[in-house]
Amino acid sequence: MTNDPLLKVTGLRTHFSSEHGTVKAVDGIDFQIERGGILGMVGESGSGKSVTGLSILRLLGSGNATIAGGQVLFHGEDLLTKSAREMRDIRGKKISMVFQNAMTALDPFFRVGDQLVEVIRLHQRVGKREAKLKALEAMELVRIPEASRRLSSYPHQLSGGQRQRVMIALALSCGPDLLIADEPTTALDATVQKQIIDLLAEVNRELGTAILMITHDFGVVARLCRTVAVMYRGKIVESGDVARVLEKPEDPYTQKLLGSVLRLHSEVRRVSA
Amino acid sequence: MTSATLTKPATTAWRRRSQFRLATRALARDKVAVGALVVLILVVLVAVFAPLISPYDPLVGDPTMRLLPPGTPGHLLGLDGQGRDILSRLIWGGRYSLSVAIVPVLCAGVVALVLGMVAGYSGGRWGELVMRLLDVVFAFPIVLFAIAIAAVLGPGLVNSMLAIGITLVPYMARVVYTATVQESGKDYVEAARAAGLTEVEILGKQLLPNVLSPLVVYATTLAGLVIVLAAGLSFLGVGITPPAPDWGVMTSDGRQVLLEGYAHVATIPGLMIFIVAIAFNLLGDGIRDALDPHKQTGSRT
Amino acid sequence: MVGFLVRRLLTTVLVLIGVSILVFLIMQLVPGDPVHTMLGQAATAERVTEVRHQLGLDRPLIVQYLDWVLGVPRGDLGQSLTLSQPVSSILFPKLGNTMILAGGSLLICLVIGVPLGMVAARRQYSVVDRGSMFLALGGASVPVYWAGLVIINIFALKLGWFPTSGMHDTRNPGGFDDVLVHLVLPSVAAAVVPTAVVARMARGSMVEALHADHVQMLRASGVPERLVIWKHTLRNILPPVVNIVGLQAGYLLGGVIFVEVVFNWPGLGGQLYTSITAGDMPMIQAGVLFIALVFVVVNLVTDIAVALLDPRTRKEA
Repeated sequence: MTNDPLLKVTGLRTHFSSEHGTVKAVDGIDFQIERGGILGMVGESGSGKSVTGLSILRLLGSGNATIAGGQVLFHGEDLLTKSAREMRDIRGKKISMVFQNAMTALDPFFRVGDQLVEVIRLHQRVGKREAKLKALEAMELVRIPEASRRLSSYPHQLSGGQRQRVMIALALSCGPDLLIADEPTTALDATVQKQIIDLLAEVNRELGTAILMITHDFGVVARLCRTVAVMYRGKIVESGDVARVLEKPEDPYTQKLLGSVLRLHSEVRRVSA
Repeated sequence: MTSATLTKPATTAWRRRSQFRLATRALARDKVAVGALVVLILVVLVAVFAPLISPYDPLVGDPTMRLLPPGTPGHLLGLDGQGRDILSRLIWGGRYSLSVAIVPVLCAGVVALVLGMVAGYSGGRWGELVMRLLDVVFAFPIVLFAIAIAAVLGPGLVNSMLAIGITLVPYMARVVYTATVQESGKDYVEAARAAGLTEVEILGKQLLPNVLSPLVVYATTLAGLVIVLAAGLSFLGVGITPPAPDWGVMTSDGRQVLLEGYAHVATIPGLMIFIVAIAFNLLGDGIRDALDPHKQTGSRT
Repeated sequence: MVGFLVRRLLTTVLVLIGVSILVFLIMQLVPGDPVHTMLGQAATAERVTEVRHQLGLDRPLIVQYLDWVLGVPRGDLGQSLTLSQPVSSILFPKLGNTMILAGGSLLICLVIGVPLGMVAARRQYSVVDRGSMFLALGGASVPVYWAGLVIINIFALKLGWFPTSGMHDTRNPGGFDDVLVHLVLPSVAAAVVPTAVVARMARGSMVEALHADHVQMLRASGVPERLVIWKHTLRNILPPVVNIVGLQAGYLLGGVIFVEVVFNWPGLGGQLYTSITAGDMPMIQAGVLFIALVFVVVNLVTDIAVALLDPRTRKEA
């Protein structure tokens, strides 16, 4: 039983209808994440990796996006067949998501602490005082300095890196089994990027939270992930152990992606030599 | 050096022509705006050709036929309290109601253009000071301001136009000022200066077209408000006075008899004001959308 | 925050002074000699000079202005020419009536305009959205005097649900109920344009708020939709909505003269109308000043409210 993967996606298809016809953003992909595992989903813009993350949590909205088929098994249960209410219970509690837009992801009209407490009290039967303590714990978990003071801050009073940490704190506040991170570091400075990646690694180590890391940066994958899936035009063209894929990529697209990265690194080496 | 001065005026002129063409095409696609424009043109034409179209003399009434309702044979819209044909008065009234709306907007627009551009371009403290002084006018509700000036100047067509024109200048000048300040900071102005164009040329050829667009949008929507305001002045007796067939005067005339049960005398001219106001507003919206570069390509954002 | 308040108050004082100067100057635009008009054609030159001196009209403009404006804080606005009473004793009671009318209109505007805009935004591009925005566009172009007449015609004359005019029943003036019944039609007439404007504006703000990034984050955290709408987006659109409602108060004050005339409502606007017709200059001057002052104060209150409502105006904690 414990050998079953935490998340098992088979044949997922997500389509967008536009005035130019149907766009198959995700066109039949299979992957899985073990308990406590870290899977990196790599690809360029438009590859469908973000849509995959949104499809798992069914956050695509009722507009022109539809999940056209497949199975998303979480703890053995198919998320695609769950009711709206059941999904709401899962979001933020069993599976959480953080996004790229750290600067704008928090409601500017509410204090940071209040937003944490709101989510905590939503998913757990705790009183206000206990919820505040849990909020504080979450803030300390993500290593925000002066956490208790920061609880009464408004989002605009925090830096970009701090806001990203708060977003992660929000996501982890109810102890989810899986964290989906959609380009969480892209909009941040290089030094802050490193800090966030290390934070995620630590969270995975200490709490055993599995991570689905969606990124276009192979460097992030190399740093953080254990397994990787490469996406191109809605399909997974290669997957496997990070070490293996980095060393011996089999698919030509993967090679091309990696090639550009390696070329850059060798150029840098030549310049600094 | 010579090539720069040769190409600069040519490229900007081309850019302006094509922008204008893009805007007109986008506007033509907007059915609602086109409809509004058609309505407005019709109203103007009817007013211009009033002597030919109007079935009766708007000032002569038959007291024996007073207050007859719409549908009375020979009088499509009925007669007013003095036995005058309402349709005829409506047709002739267009001359008053439209001119007292359009003339002030045009004149105030010209004044505002000059004022706003000079203040915005020479920029800095002097321009800001002028705008701050105008801010006092914005501390008044616009309608109250116009009423106050009209009340003080006295009734009459010219006084009405004057009162409204004076009221509009600060509002339009502010729009011009803001646009001028924004555009002055942009790169193409620097480039023009570097290419050796004189200040006047820059103001006229570079800034003017870009400042004109927001002003035209603003002016068209403002016209909608002005037509209601102008008629309102006449309604209160501080604008155009009876027996002139201005729509506001007609509405005011109709007020007394409405309470006696003859609603058509007041509601019909009022409806006319309403229709023209809506048309101006719709046209203004349409022009604004047509000038928006996103909408011009026809994509739905 | 405090700095903002201080600056705003200072600006307001300057604006108030500017407004009083402007009102005074407007009054000087009167063509012809007001004293001559007052006394008629037959008056002798001596009599004219005498009366002019009596009224203090022969003093330099600045002196006249200062004399007038310094009386304002004391409540002394001069003497009415036609009613032989102090201006303030006529205007002050009417101010309250106008406030009641404006209050009624603002209430309608809020209660109908904001929810309408919110619902239209939720169902963007639907029939409800297009229909209500179409109505709002029409509503924003309505001439208020015409709307008043049409409303009287339908609801007072034809249906007889409400009285046609006035604030109280002339035969037995009652209390609250009586005023309420008389308040309905005029406030509805006055509210048409503001409600339409607020509805359009609320829709726009709501659409923007619904597409904000943090809404996605809220949904991803499992927050139920009703909390997303009624707790978060409502709070988000509060500053722009309060702002536009405040602006509508300004529109109402400008247009109040029309409604009060059509419905015979005994307020400032109606009094202003009477004074204009009678040529009572001190009354006109004071009436215009009064309304303008109220407008400035309303704008000030609105600006402060908007600043208080938006946490982003607060600096570092």
